[in-house]
Amino acid sequence: MDLFDMKMPDQLIVWGNPLINGAWISIILVTLGIVFVLTKYKKWRWLWDEWLTTVDHKKIGIMYIVSALLMLFRGGVDALLMRIQLALPNLEFLDAQHYNEIFTTHGTVMIIFMAMPFLIGLMNVAVPLQIGARDVAFPTLNAISFWLFFAGALLFNLSFVIGGSPDAGWTNYVPLAGEELTPGIGINYYLWGLQISGIGTLATGINFLVTILKMRAPGMTLMRMPMFTWSTLITSVIIVFAFPVLTVALALLTFDRLLGAHFFTIDGGGMPMMWANLFWIWGHPEVYIVILPAFGIFSEVISTFARKRLFGYSAMVVSIVAISALSFLVWVHHFFTMGNGPWINSVFSITTMAIAIPTGVKVFNWLFTMYKGRIEFTTPMLWSLAFIPNFIIGGVTGVMLASAPADYQYHNSYFLISHFHYVLIGGTVFGCLAGLYYWWPKMFGFKINERISKWAFWVFVIGFNMTFIPMYLVGLKGMPRRIYTYREGLGWTGLNFIETVGTFVMGAGFVLLVWAIIYSIRHAKRDYESDPWNGRTLEWAIASPPPHYNFARVPRITGQDPLWRAKKKGETIFEEKTPLKPIHMPNHTGIPAVMAGFWFVAGFGFVFEWIPVGLAGILGVLLCMMWRSLTDYHDHHEVPVTELRDAAAEEIKNAGGRSARGVVNDG
Amino acid sequence: MAELDQKVNLPDFPEYQTEDGRLKIFGFWVFLAAEVVLFSTLFATYLVFKDQTAGGPTAKDLFEVKEFMAETLILLTSSFTCGLATLKMRLGQKKGVLMWMGLTLLLGLGFMVMEIGEFIKYVGEGATIGTSAFLSAFYVLLSTHGVHVSLGILWVSLLLIQVVKRGLTPITSRKLFIAGLYWHFLDVVWIFVFTAVYLTGLVS
Ligand code: HEM
Ligand SMILES: [Cu+2]
Repeated sequence: MDLFDMKMPDQLIVWGNPLINGAWISIILVTLGIVFVLTKYKKWRWLWDEWLTTVDHKKIGIMYIVSALLMLFRGGVDALLMRIQLALPNLEFLDAQHYNEIFTTHGTVMIIFMAMPFLIGLMNVAVPLQIGARDVAFPTLNAISFWLFFAGALLFNLSFVIGGSPDAGWTNYVPLAGEELTPGIGINYYLWGLQISGIGTLATGINFLVTILKMRAPGMTLMRMPMFTWSTLITSVIIVFAFPVLTVALALLTFDRLLGAHFFTIDGGGMPMMWANLFWIWGHPEVYIVILPAFGIFSEVISTFARKRLFGYSAMVVSIVAISALSFLVWVHHFFTMGNGPWINSVFSITTMAIAIPTGVKVFNWLFTMYKGRIEFTTPMLWSLAFIPNFIIGGVTGVMLASAPADYQYHNSYFLISHFHYVLIGGTVFGCLAGLYYWWPKMFGFKINERISKWAFWVFVIGFNMTFIPMYLVGLKGMPRRIYTYREGLGWTGLNFIETVGTFVMGAGFVLLVWAIIYSIRHAKRDYESDPWNGRTLEWAIASPPPHYNFARVPRITGQDPLWRAKKKGETIFEEKTPLKPIHMPNHTGIPAVMAGFWFVAGFGFVFEWIPVGLAGILGVLLCMMWRSLTDYHDHHEVPVTELRDAAAEEIKNAGGRSARGVVNDG
Repeated sequence: MAELDQKVNLPDFPEYQTEDGRLKIFGFWVFLAAEVVLFSTLFATYLVFKDQTAGGPTAKDLFEVKEFMAETLILLTSSFTCGLATLKMRLGQKKGVLMWMGLTLLLGLGFMVMEIGEFIKYVGEGATIGTSAFLSAFYVLLSTHGVHVSLGILWVSLLLIQVVKRGLTPITSRKLFIAGLYWHFLDVVWIFVFTAVYLTGLVS
């Protein structure tokens, strides 16, 4: 094998299939449109100064969320295409190969490039504010995390128009995903897209762990932290311990494919099951990485809109810690059927079922929080209320799957598909949306229109159940996952048709949601209310949107729900009498985006196995790191007191002369 | 007390002086925890595959006691000199830092030369990454360690330039301290390589 031979794949530019041609045309039009608008309104400089070089956690959070919404759209289109193909027996809308590619990209995009970034975006927006910090511990590293995610996502999403998509499922099992059975570059896209964004995620885990442990405002002990901060802390711990395993698994498969190593091949003494184990040792903790933050969001929202303290706070903390520990001890439940023997299966059955206990504790705590509360049915609260029954359906079917003998029946069927969609949509997606609605006014200074949003909510939730309840049934009737078509007369047709209709209803819900956002951006009144929901935690004690340094004075914390306590007592949590001091803030820097650009080049080169290009990209990455090491001596600037004063005056003016601080709006 | 006089106005633990320094040191410890997971996964993989030689050369055929003992000694010594450099850093002695860190770099380079030489020899004997699962796991584990050492050499060289230019400040001290942590960590990993790969390879 000649490493320096830059061979061309069979089809560099994918062209011919009408769907893909359409995608090409729309990509080109949208890109031209963006370039045109930025040039016409002279916004390039603004884009660079305000966004591409920012290290402000709030802006980074917004960029994560916008990207995640785009990915939700992309993954959603994949879902619609699959459902059209399966609506009726023997359809020829997609061929087998195209169908394989689409379910692979759908799963990967939704978990890696939608769910995780959405939640990390919300963490970025809210966590530093909730603990009274002025930024995360390592602001530049935070920007690097975002840009690595962005580079990985871009690379992965290029696959369907340049060179061909991966097609071995989001679990990418070998031997199917090995060089022998799947030559070509599709799988390489999977390996490099995940590798690059995974490094960014690991950095995020380290960053938030340090931020939460070391940067809390005075008086905020661990047991006074808001529940979203707690869940972010525990999620960060899981990230730090799980992601390196993914890094290794992806690297080993890359070596198998690129250098002819024998980790996962049957010849040469390798073991395909090694991949399944490594993948799920990361993969199961990963599903908790995407659910725990959502649990945190529901805790905040439910306690805010029930106007009550979170019930069983310490039990909630113990439960997430228990879940995080158990999440590393259950991975074999993903392959009960792949020859582990009864002992191993029994042990992993039991550990898996044990997870239901702390999860159940949390559900009861949410219910008790609402018990006798004065519930206000805002949109974030609606998503949280809908979460409880839907998540229970997902959890109960999870326990059914956890019974190893029964799993021989359910495994790889639509029953399993429905299980994880109930937890991932009913849990993670509902949580992301609840969080988006809840913190939106903090990010932008106005609420999303409630009337349209409630329509979106109902349409989406009804569509969701219409899609996935029949999936349980058709799964029990034996329909396997990952098939591109089926015969007539199996008793699957009616259920499949309802699912497809349900998917379109969900799609309509998504469109309504986007409409609610666009409508509100254009029409909602900017009231810049600092505390629009009558909140309990610190983020509601500062302006909306907050100044870039967040807190002019660092708050003093005397208990849980600090803002709520202060409002009750008619006090303020800021020591308004102490004189303002200048604040140290990190400088903007272009290094993160440039470095991620080089990662993209490296990834692209290695995907096509053009080693010189890959190495050039790596060299660029190294140069960026060296440049940073030599120049990070003056990476902070001082915000003068005059600026802090002006901002405070502005805030009072925006709030129509009324300061929300120290005033309880109701009850 | 004569030694204390040479301090260039640095406090006892200059690396911990600034808030930023404390955060970065703690963050680096967390990063090392992730590195522990990374290497553990590679070790586990190696142990699973160590007897899967697919008819190719075995550990016993390849490893030579003299070679890996020399590599081990060199790397352990480099950890010692790196520790001395940290000590000198705390005493505020720039020259001492440059000398001991410089020596650490040389030892690190020596180690890399030996390791690459070892690999070239094995490949010459027909033992490549594509020969067997055992060799795949061997090369990947050792080169992951080797790439870490090489990056360390690059990184420390860059730091020494900064120390020459800026002297020992809380910032350069913090950077040196963190690089030192990294270097010692790689040494610890090597001790596991020594036992789990080389010693075990000789007896199996
Ligand atoms: C009560 C808690 C839960 C239990 C007992 C449970 C149990 C299981 C079991 C046994 C499987 C494997 C079934 C098979 O392949 O035959 C499975 C699959 C899966 N679960 Fe869960 N689960 C729970 C919660 C969750 C949560 C919270 C999430 C994510 C938010 C999740 C996401 C998934 C995914 C993505 C898969 C399948 C992946 C694939 O094969 O492509 N589960 N679950
Ligand atoms: Cu699992």
